[in-house]
Formats: sequence, structure tokens, C-alpha cells
Amino acid sequence: MIIKQLSVFLQNESGRLVNVTEILHQADINISALSIAETQEYGILRMIVSDVEKAAKTLRDADYTVKITDVICIETPDIPGALSNALKALADARIDVSYMYGYSSDGKARLVIKTSNPAEASNLLG
Amino acid sequence: MIWNQPRECMSRDEMTHLQTARLKDLVQRVYHNVPFYRTKMQGLGIEPADIQELGDIVKLPFTTKQDLRDNYPFGLFAVPKSEIVRVHASSGTTGKSTVVGYTRKDIDTFSEVVARALASAGATKEDFVQVAYGYGLFTGGLGIHYGAEKLGAAVIPVSGGNTEKQIQLLQDFGSTVLACTPSYAAYLSEALEDAGIDPASLPLRIGVFGAEPWTQAMRQKIEEGLKITAFDIYGLSEIIGPGVSISCEYQDGLHIQEDHFIPEIINPETLEQMGDGVTGELVFTTITKEGLPLLRYRTRDLSSLNHAPCQCGRTNVRMAKIFGRSDDMLIIRGVNVFPSSVESILLDIPEAKPHYQLIVDRKGTLDTLEVQVEIDDRFFSDEVVALEKIHQKIKHKLESVLGISVILRLVEHNTIARSEGKAKRVIDRRSL
Repeated sequence: MIIKQLSVFLQNESGRLVNVTEILHQADINISALSIAETQEYGILRMIVSDVEKAAKTLRDADYTVKITDVICIETPDIPGALSNALKALADARIDVSYMYGYSSDGKARLVIKTSNPAEASNLLG
Repeated sequence: MIWNQPRECMSRDEMTHLQTARLKDLVQRVYHNVPFYRTKMQGLGIEPADIQELGDIVKLPFTTKQDLRDNYPFGLFAVPKSEIVRVHASSGTTGKSTVVGYTRKDIDTFSEVVARALASAGATKEDFVQVAYGYGLFTGGLGIHYGAEKLGAAVIPVSGGNTEKQIQLLQDFGSTVLACTPSYAAYLSEALEDAGIDPASLPLRIGVFGAEPWTQAMRQKIEEGLKITAFDIYGLSEIIGPGVSISCEYQDGLHIQEDHFIPEIINPETLEQMGDGVTGELVFTTITKEGLPLLRYRTRDLSSLNHAPCQCGRTNVRMAKIFGRSDDMLIIRGVNVFPSSVESILLDIPEAKPHYQLIVDRKGTLDTLEVQVEIDDRFFSDEVVALEKIHQKIKHKLESVLGISVILRLVEHNTIARSEGKAKRVIDRRSL
């Protein structure tokens, strides 16, 4: 399914990540998944949160640069080959993956995937 | 509109005649009333009688900011202290501040030149002028204030800062003219956007901006952002304050109030006087000032002069928009870098905001230039590849124009201080 992901531009300085999580805490927003892409100078924090619009507004008001993007979220069985099958379906449909992050527990794996075509990817993978 | 037709549109012969008479009078006054100038002139072997025509000005000594500091606070005043009705002082970020004093007549002159400036920008007695320059020791606030009153306009003396209040007054009072620094005007236009206020819904129509160098590109950006026509007002407290010169509706240089200030362009190295069209250091002689008259004051501002007649009808000489300051010029690895060129490059790149800071440092024996730029919200991406592309684009553009390698740092929104007075664009950490 297609879900909304919130990205935040972070300067590579100590305390910036704490600050964002504190702001979200105070706004009573839950973070269910996250990943950080980092370069030498800055990082991009990507999150799946409980209320994306409210989170975006709260962070913007605190002078953060944020962006909401469509990503897909899929659930696969937690067994060898499950991820490769999902990715093969995307590759066959010529849908590019920019990045992904995920975790597994209780026999299920959940993945957040940024693709070049979220709608089609979501159709393919359910 | 031309405020003072006889003074702003006289023939070159008349102007020369007037300036010569006033210059001769000035030299008499400073020779007899200011020991500093008498000593300097005697050192050069000249007396007041040696100044007979305008060209003789090159015989006179220069005055520098250091001279004002050395004579802190009132050492260069040419009248008894009882004649002084107001004192202003520069911020003095490096060393002692420079103090300037005005007689009653000086305040009248100051008001007159600012009234001419506001009229040149198209303001009339019908206008409401929101003065968002700081009031206080800085000449900006009170200078524009008195000039706007002389013009007959209504003054809103809100002073600098307090952006919410500024916006509220723009809306509630319907200010039609805004006077502040260009960097604050740019900030205000962003604040309007953030607040979701359409600038076209405001009665504001004219901006009179000065006190720091800004580029044509910045002017266009402010004009679009605030939906106004922006004018460049130039001045410095040592000469009088804002109003020494002003752009007109043709936006091709700033008309200097030559009946009060004789301009020259000199080569800052050889100190030789340069002709029209040559860029050099701007020098002023204040021929009517009483409190603190100055001979050939070196402004450190880089400009050029143009005596060609202007389509607006004014005949007084125009100076080119300030290109930079000879002492702001950074020499990095032997290359001359002007902060103003960084500004024009960034204004050409939509992904960057025109807020920037330059940090010059020395790593070992090598000078480094770090340019900090805020990324525009609309171009922020969740993908590193996309941000790196923007990073490369800005870096490449800066390097190809400046001719040296730069460390580009994309920074978070609103991390670079917006100035309410003068923007601090450069931090030089090199200890030489």
C-alpha cells in the first residue's frame, strides 16, 4: 500500500536528531519506522509517523525543512527469498528502487520502499 | 518627482561655480577651526588660498575612518560644542566607533537630501512612510524620519526588527513606503509568504533601501517578493547619513547631491583621481557641513561616476551601484573575492536562498572559503542523490564565477541570521 513518508533535512550537528524527536514527542506523534541517510555535511531523516500532516506542520513551524513523499509499505513472510521475490517483481516492471528500510518480527517482515512509481509498485506487491 | 529643481537640475557650469565657492569656504573653515586639518595642510605645504578652482581639490589631504577614531569622540568638530544639536555614531564593530555631530543647519541639510531622495523614489506628502531602520545612534532611522517629515509624508517610526509588528503595521496602517536595509526587506518578504499574506493585497508601493551593498538581482527579487518598486539610497554617517545619493525611476545609477557633497573616484593604491566610468574608491568632500566637515573622506566603497545627463532631468552626477568595499574584498589564495558576487550567483540559482555566509579560514598554509547556503524548501528532497545534485550545481556555479574552490555547506532553514541592521556576511577566521 502507498503511505506518506516524512523527510527532514538535518545539519550534521550534535543534538539535531534529539531536537526533532522531542518536537514530535511534544506534539504527541508516534514514529513507527525511520532511517537516516547521511553525508559528511548533512543527513536526511525519513520517518513513518502517526500523523504526517501534523508532524510536518509542527516541524516547519520550528524552522525545519521537511517534505512529504509517497512510498510503499509491504509485508512479506520472514523467510529466505521473500525480499528477492518482491524486488524481482519491481525490477521486471522496470520500477526503480531509490532506498528502503525495514524490520522483521513475529514471522513477518515489513519494508518501506521508495520507488520511481509508487502506484504501480503498490499494485504489484499489494 | 524632483524635490528641488534648481539644485538638482542646474547646468554643469553653475554647479562648478557653486561647488568652487563652497569648497573655498570649507577649506577656510577647517584650516582655522580644526587643528587636525591645519596641521595636515601645513604638512603638505598648502594654505587655504591655494584652493582657487575645483581641480585644486586634489591638493587637499584625505581623511580616513582611522583619523576619526584617532580624534574620538569630538576632535574633528569644527564648531563649539554649544552649536551641536545632535550626535550620531557608527556601530564600531572593529575598534572605537566614529562619532559625528550636526549643527541645526546640518540637520536641515540632512532632511533636505533625504526629502530629495524620497521624492526621487516617487514618494509624496500623501504617503505613509514606515521607517524600519534602527533608531538611535545609527543615522538610518532618524535620517529617513526627518526627511520624510520635510516631504510632508506621514512617518511611522517603528524602527528595526519586530517582524510581526512590521507586518501588522503594513496591513493596518497601509504604509505605502518602506525604508530599511535590503536584507531586511528580503526577510520581510519571506515572512509575508510564511504568514500566507499576498503582498499585492498591501498598499505598499515603494521601497527605499540602503546601508549595505546589494545587487540588481537582489533588487528584482525584493521587488517581486513585496510587489513594489525598490530604490537604492546611499549614504554614510561620516558624510551625513542616508541621502548622499539616490537612484531615480530610470534605475541607472544614483544621483549624488553634489551641491552638498563633491564626489571623486580614486585609485585606492595610487590615490590618483580617476575619470568617469572607471571603478575605484569613492571619496567625498562635505562642502556645506558645519559640525563635522570632512576633506576628501575615503569611504572604502567601490563605485564609478557618470556625468552624462539622465533621462529623469536631473543633471547631478550619478554613481554606479556600490560594487563592494575595498576593505570587504577578501583575498583568498591570491584571488579577489567580493561577497556581493556570491549574492548575485545565489540569486541566479532557484534551489538556494539569497541568505548566505562566508567563512574564511586557514588550514595549514592554505586559505579555505566555506559558503553556507540555506536550501529552498521547494527543492528539498528525501533522496541523497537529488540533494547532492543541487549541492554540486551550486558549488560548480560558485567556483566557476569566483575562480577558486569552495566548500559548500547546505544548512537548515533560518540558521543564517537575518539582519535587522547590517548583514554580517563574512567571518574571517584567519589569524594573519
